[in-house]
Amino acid sequence: MKFTLLINEGPYQHQASDTAYQFAKAALAKGHEIYRVFFYNDGVNNATRLAVPPQDDRNITENWAALAKEHELDMVVCIAAAQRRGMLDADEAGRQGKDADNIHPAFRISGLGQLVEGGIQADRLLTFGD
Amino acid sequence: MSESIKKFMFVNTKAPYGTVYALESLEVVLISAAFDQSVSLVFCDDGVFQIANNQNTEASGMKNFSPAYKALGDYDINKIYVETESLEERGLTLDNIMALTYEDEDDDWAEKPSIIPATRAELADLMDEQDVVISS
Amino acid sequence: MAMLHTVNKSPFERNSLHSCLSKSKEGSTILLIEDAVVGALKGTIVADKLTAAIANKNVCVLASDLNTRGFTGADIIDGIKTVDYAGFVDLVAEHSNVQSWL
Repeated sequence: MKFTLLINEGPYQHQASDTAYQFAKAALAKGHEIYRVFFYNDGVNNATRLAVPPQDDRNITENWAALAKEHELDMVVCIAAAQRRGMLDADEAGRQGKDADNIHPAFRISGLGQLVEGGIQADRLLTFGD
Repeated sequence: MSESIKKFMFVNTKAPYGTVYALESLEVVLISAAFDQSVSLVFCDDGVFQIANNQNTEASGMKNFSPAYKALGDYDINKIYVETESLEERGLTLDNIMALTYEDEDDDWAEKPSIIPATRAELADLMDEQDVVISS
Repeated sequence: MAMLHTVNKSPFERNSLHSCLSKSKEGSTILLIEDAVVGALKGTIVADKLTAAIANKNVCVLASDLNTRGFTGADIIDGIKTVDYAGFVDLVAEHSNVQSWL
């Protein structure tokens, strides 16, 4: 079965991203497909490549990145939500005249249509939020 | 080959302004209109405050996004369910919420109400029929 | 196929469990995750409401979130089942759609 996951909360502040990650791992272990992971609201902050969590804690962004690499996951950050919150990839930083970018390369920036399309293409859409 | 149409329902349960969920949910709804799916909205619990009349953000400095709800009809989104119990619990009636409308292309573009009052039990039935339910 | 509902808020702080209980149909499944797992404990002010729900709905709790907060299956209301993440995945696959009560 194909799942699309929607993550609406940032890392560490809320358990939503952790729950989604554990769900994704369990689904993949059972042979299901993760069609897309879409990051919205403060969930876009999961895609920062600049976080430095304490060494004895989990690294949520790197966990997602590793899972994505292993299973070729499509992890999409909503561009409108990201721009509001200062989350930019290199292309977008150039376009907006900003002097830095902070999106981890395991994630890609795209529009909200990717969420709706994820809902259409997947058998189930699950929301993890607050 | 065209794909079958899915039923999307956006369930709004939170008050506007205190958090960003109402505004960003509306942005998804407006985008979803471009995908030719069956889209409906629910306002229940504190979500009923999202479509309250007379929102005035002048002194709070917040962006007043309530006019965008009035555009839903232009996007062919005209099934907007409002939970009657949630209104009653909050001392509200249909008079307190925006009279959202759409123009019915099958009826010589007659203006018709988009707001559909629904009880909890009716909403439970409607949610059960959906393919995708996105709550916030 | 029936619907799966997830709830992630403590019912002692937020209204989402009550909202879910009032808008879920007979035969549906309610899965308590994250902070909502404490709603499954015995002897609380919401226990009667959940016990009533068990009569015609399937109520489950995510075991790892229960354990994380210091409780086990022995601490929860009889008739509420515990599931692990694999069980969570199965519930999603077995139900026609999912609603997260946030």
